[in-house]
Amino acid sequence: MKDMPSIDREKCQACGLCVSICNCGALVMSGNNVKVMDASNCGWCTLCELVCPYGAISCPFEIVVERDPGPE
Amino acid sequence: MAVELEFLKSIPYFAGLEPSVLESVRRRVFEKKADKGEILSFEGEKSDVLYFVVSGVVKVFKTSADGKEQIFRIIRPGESFNDVPVLSGGVNLVSAAAMVPVTLNAVKKQDLENILREHPGMALNIIQVLSRRVQELVSLVEDLSFRHVTSRVAKMLLEYTEAGAGGTPRLTQQEMASMIGTAREMVGRSLKSLEEEGTIRMERNRIVIADQKALREMAGVTP
Repeated sequence: MKDMPSIDREKCQACGLCVSICNCGALVMSGNNVKVMDASNCGWCTLCELVCPYGAISCPFEIVVERDPGPE
Repeated sequence: MAVELEFLKSIPYFAGLEPSVLESVRRRVFEKKADKGEILSFEGEKSDVLYFVVSGVVKVFKTSADGKEQIFRIIRPGESFNDVPVLSGGVNLVSAAAMVPVTLNAVKKQDLENILREHPGMALNIIQVLSRRVQELVSLVEDLSFRHVTSRVAKMLLEYTEAGAGGTPRLTQQEMASMIGTAREMVGRSLKSLEEEGTIRMERNRIVIADQKALREMAGVTP
């Protein structure tokens, strides 16, 4: 499974805002919980993190320096 | 895992100490583990334990009355936190939390003072650590006062990758905002603008620094 947004279960109140804004179906309501699906088209728009009123969703970025390809 | 002499030797506090002195330090140092998100010290509370990060990363931050967070420092392996309240005897001016699962080495204030009485030469190491801390805070004040947000984002990206070997956690846009004292939305806009200029490239959940030289110029950092 590729990296997906992660949910802090202790903070999540299952309000469903993230599910409503997610365009790729990565987040769905499953009973009284928000479930993260392995959505291949999740482009890391981070909208779910932005709208979460409880700070329960994290979409972290790895920060790297592009390696010099060196001589061909 | 027991407290390792090799690790203690690598900490600026204990640099250059004789093996017998290090052994006496080791006997007073204990290990502590914490999970991701665990608060290690609370702002406003008295603190009598000095911590050294062995593995993982800790953030030192302050929270405003309306819940806004300002990250002051990211503490990586080999670095310390809680120095000021332990040495001054006052309360914590900031809080500290584990950003990933962490292992710490810790020493109690009383034990640290005893070590210092027995080995006063170590005070010079501590003066150097605290002087560097002052330099970092002056640099933060300068950033917040004089740099535009995009320039601050550029500087944060550079510093984060430069110091990042071995234990750099991934950062959310909210954490980036808290590090440079701005709103999350501003970080998003700045990243977009840096991408449009070609200095960085956004690859899903990776920020790739494509043109380090241009990013340095944007950050106002001399090579």
